[in-house]
Amino acid sequence: MSDTAKAISDLFSSRFGDRVSVGQTQSGIVTLVVEVDAWLEVCRALKDEEDFSYEQLTDLCGVDYLSYGQSEWETEDASQEGFGRGVEGLGPGRFDWANRPEATDVPNRFGVVAHLLSFKNNQRLRIRCYAPDEGMPIVASLVEIWSSANWYEREAFDLFGIVFEGHPDLRRIMTDYGFTGHPFRKDFPLIGNVAVRYDSQKKRVVYEPVEIEPRVGVPRVLRDDSRYKADEVDQAADVEAEKIAAGEQGNGNG
Amino acid sequence: MAEIRNYTMNFGPQHPAAHGVLRLVLEMDGETVVRADPHVGLLHRATEKLAESKPFNQSIGYLDRLDYMSMMCNEHAYVRAIEQLLGIEPPPRAQYIRTMFDEITRFSNHLLWVASCGIDLGAMTVFLYAFREREMVMDMYEAVSGARMHAGYYRPGGVYRDLPESMPQYTETRWTKGKDLKRRNEWRQGSLLDFIEAFAEDVPSKIDEYETLLTDNRIWKQRTVGIGVVSPDKAIQMGYSGVMLRGSGVEWDLRKKQPYAMYDQVDFDVPVGVSGDCYDRYLVRIEELRQSAKIILQCVEWLKKNPGHVMLKNFKVIPPTREEMKDDMEALIHHFKLFTEGYCVPEGETYAAVEAPKGEFGCYLVSDGANKPFRVHFRAPGFAHLSGMNELTRGHMLADTVAIISTLDLVFGEVDR
Repeated sequence: MSDTAKAISDLFSSRFGDRVSVGQTQSGIVTLVVEVDAWLEVCRALKDEEDFSYEQLTDLCGVDYLSYGQSEWETEDASQEGFGRGVEGLGPGRFDWANRPEATDVPNRFGVVAHLLSFKNNQRLRIRCYAPDEGMPIVASLVEIWSSANWYEREAFDLFGIVFEGHPDLRRIMTDYGFTGHPFRKDFPLIGNVAVRYDSQKKRVVYEPVEIEPRVGVPRVLRDDSRYKADEVDQAADVEAEKIAAGEQGNGNG
Repeated sequence: MAEIRNYTMNFGPQHPAAHGVLRLVLEMDGETVVRADPHVGLLHRATEKLAESKPFNQSIGYLDRLDYMSMMCNEHAYVRAIEQLLGIEPPPRAQYIRTMFDEITRFSNHLLWVASCGIDLGAMTVFLYAFREREMVMDMYEAVSGARMHAGYYRPGGVYRDLPESMPQYTETRWTKGKDLKRRNEWRQGSLLDFIEAFAEDVPSKIDEYETLLTDNRIWKQRTVGIGVVSPDKAIQMGYSGVMLRGSGVEWDLRKKQPYAMYDQVDFDVPVGVSGDCYDRYLVRIEELRQSAKIILQCVEWLKKNPGHVMLKNFKVIPPTREEMKDDMEALIHHFKLFTEGYCVPEGETYAAVEAPKGEFGCYLVSDGANKPFRVHFRAPGFAHLSGMNELTRGHMLADTVAIISTLDLVFGEVDR
């Protein structure tokens, strides 16, 4: 698969030059990072040109890269607080709206990721672009190229506040009528801002500020030691599997 | 002459044919639909955001609740995405079990579909027939996972436990006794595999019964033939997948084209429709039921011959068994770390898709190397199908809207996520 991936990567580079950069390949899907100005043009080529012919946009979603790669619990130093209970951090369950983490100059904070599928070549492709301005992220809409982008872009707009320029009907789709904010942003609290209940005196549904405390059961940690190197995990698994095959069978984990 | 104007009406969110909580705002010209605007999100539970706040394994249970008619297929996509990033491969027996239960899930989904679609279009009996079989499918779920619907059975690295050696039996009650009780327990004397085998061997005759009721039924055909036609190009353009695509004549099935689990080891056919209307989608689903039974039988045969472990032995990702944990200090430490912190998944992003009963169910997973997903997005087939609602219903009668919604096979758990 890696040979094909390499060939595809070369094809992209030669066709689009520096408007795209070819990223990581995982499980046979090449990632193409497209300059936001060339988003529409590259996508049109990907659909129409014989070499690519990605006929279907299978999926499109927004990603908020705020706090990417940050852990809530540093494990380099021993701490007195035990396992993560007193930890401060930016994790989505840890703050309310008043104490939300401020986005301080995060380059490429909002990304739009789409997955394309070519029926002809039986090939998938992941394309991504970053919205330039995080105050008002704007990306060109793909609706005129693939009509399936319509609702996906509405969803990304609703949940992340990414504006798709040229979209025919950019309304909220998932959240409640009259909702404010973009709930899937990393600086939006997991507990939300308002709670809804039926008020029997007023005889209608009322919105009130949330009263529950944000909490997190398990802190977010990043481990980057040899345990998580894939090939070593494989080796360990093989050794253990042989042991098991020789001896007893194990089931009923936990 | 009186002035005639278009008017707008609400279809749902509490309409029995809306299959959950679809609010469809229809602009009508008499009985004809001029424009349909589906309002979704009434069941939005922010599953993707919740998953960001939990270790990887704790979200498996949420996956069952997305498309709550095809539980294990959803788990399969998520679990595969994690496995791809971890670079692990479950043992073959686990892969066969997954293949078998994916098909059992397809069975349960299509049975419910044919039942509810029948009810929507006025065919009551098929509902009762289909639920008779679906009950047994639920029993299979219960036997293997302990839950009749929300199984939580798949894990990264395999499945939670091996197939049980015995099948729970009915006990005598005031209403079920004697010959009745014996008939009900007839298939349940052996293991779960025996039960599944007996079921899968018998079920084609049951599918014949549904077909007797529907396939040549005049009313059924009047309600479905030529309704909601999707051309192949349009189906691709609108992001359709699964039966919606195959019903229109596009030969595309991920189980064949991009095989996962053990689908490249089993023999089955992919039914394809011709005209892309509601009736063709019905025919495709009925044929898929038959093909599923075929796959299930092949899996049963393999599983009976090949005992083995169903979970990788890799304590960095998969918890040790209870006995190992009590016996070994190192296993105890692993157990503690896995249940308090979980495992970290290497940095990267992946997309894993499975051919769920409704179409392509995909999981886009971004990990930054932490013990929780950085971002996870589920590609739900129903979301794409529903987005084409306006084009599908335009020009049809109001009653046809019901047939179209029904053959889209919508479940709002996955549309809204």
